[in-house]
Amino acid sequence: MNHRLPRRLFVVFALAATALLAACSGGEPEYNAHDIEGVMPDLAFNLTDENGNAVEADDYDGRLKLLFFGYTNCPDICPATMARIRAALGGLDDTTRENIDVLFVSVDPERDDPERLAQFTSSFGPRFVGLTGSQEQLKALSKRYRVTYGYGEPNDNGFYLVSHSSAIFVFGPEGKARLLVNQEQSVDALRADLKKLLERVD
Amino acid sequence: MAAEIARWLTPWEPLYWLIALFAIVAACYVRGLARRRRARDVLPAIAFFVGLASMYAVMQTYVDYYAQYMFFIHRAQHLILHHLGPFLIALSMPTAVLAAGAPLWLSRGMRGLGALPPVAGLYRVLQHPVISAALFVGLIYFWLWPSVHFTAMLSARDYWLMNLSMAVDGLLFWWFMLDPRRPGATPTTYSIGLRIIVLWAVMPPQIAIGAYIALAPDTVYDVYAVCGRAFPISPIVDQQLGGLITWIPAAMMSVVATLILLRLGFVHDRSTASPTEPAVTASRPDERQTV
Repeated sequence: MNHRLPRRLFVVFALAATALLAACSGGEPEYNAHDIEGVMPDLAFNLTDENGNAVEADDYDGRLKLLFFGYTNCPDICPATMARIRAALGGLDDTTRENIDVLFVSVDPERDDPERLAQFTSSFGPRFVGLTGSQEQLKALSKRYRVTYGYGEPNDNGFYLVSHSSAIFVFGPEGKARLLVNQEQSVDALRADLKKLLERVD
Repeated sequence: MAAEIARWLTPWEPLYWLIALFAIVAACYVRGLARRRRARDVLPAIAFFVGLASMYAVMQTYVDYYAQYMFFIHRAQHLILHHLGPFLIALSMPTAVLAAGAPLWLSRGMRGLGALPPVAGLYRVLQHPVISAALFVGLIYFWLWPSVHFTAMLSARDYWLMNLSMAVDGLLFWWFMLDPRRPGATPTTYSIGLRIIVLWAVMPPQIAIGAYIALAPDTVYDVYAVCGRAFPISPIVDQQLGGLITWIPAAMMSVVATLILLRLGFVHDRSTASPTEPAVTASRPDERQTV
């Protein structure tokens, strides 16, 4: 019986571990946000926009897209994130800004009708578009990007919280998944990422 | 009601080959039980099916949805995939029943595959006590490394790589630990004492990472906020629960396994002392085949 492992096997393991570490450390990241190119599928959805029209992802082709899941009754993250995006866009020149759409997808269609969505997005600027849809449409889109949402118990006034993704997904002009921006990223870092993406696109 | 059950049984992300694999294993086992018709198969069969069903449930039912969007349910999923499920399957020593139930070409094929020098060699390496312990703890740390965990929860490919690697490593580890044969019966059947040392060696690192997560004052895994949670719950409570699951039950498994091994050692000793009186509770060393 051979209970002792040959020494060379340990050498092989040590080499494999070193190679793995080397592969993981890689080079300098290009963007401040997480690069999700190739990790996530291209943008695709069937939703209703804030004017009540049925829309698809293709309708926003040709521009950079920032996608965020939220709801207008959101007490904190949604308005704060929209304000951060507004601030980031504010530092860009007009033509650059016109190459960006901000898609705010409400995962609370029960309360967020098109009218309410329009009211919410108009307070952030013309680049902001409110979208929502049926539960089926919303589930299909959220599952596609491995995110979810859920509803809390309503209180006495009928108010309920909604759990949702806190990230901004950035898609290229043709709908290719590019970046995932989380809450910690500063306005300046977000603006720098958007500039870099638009430069590469041109 | 029926709709509710159907919803729970529907896989969130179906992997058809995995469902087929579970079905084949279950079918071979049931057929093996029917062919053998032995009363002493009953208890192991219960352990086997509970283990198999729990592993299936956390991967290919709606439970997986909650595991993807709640940290503590994800930790419970890994507790089942890496500890409980494989533990019960290894404890049931299913090889003989599976071999009795599998079609001849399949059991022959598996035996032939296991006998191939590269496969047997790799198996021996993976079951070396040091490597086995390092893999067991290393995989827990690897997938819980915040940046690795982040990508694993966002990429469908990495997510399944994570879950399946935990399941396979769990089977390897507990198979090694709970081997009922006399030490030395095969190259990978190590002494009871050595196995208990390994069991206790994997405990402190698991306690450390579990305690670190449970007691962390800030969010360690922001990917659950990024992806949204299945229902509104305080992120810190989610994290504390997940840490506790990683900490306590996972480490407890080493204690339970130690008790089983002590009993096994006692059975071995007794059957050596009085060879005329076969140990009735002894496991069936002759029936277990080398993988």
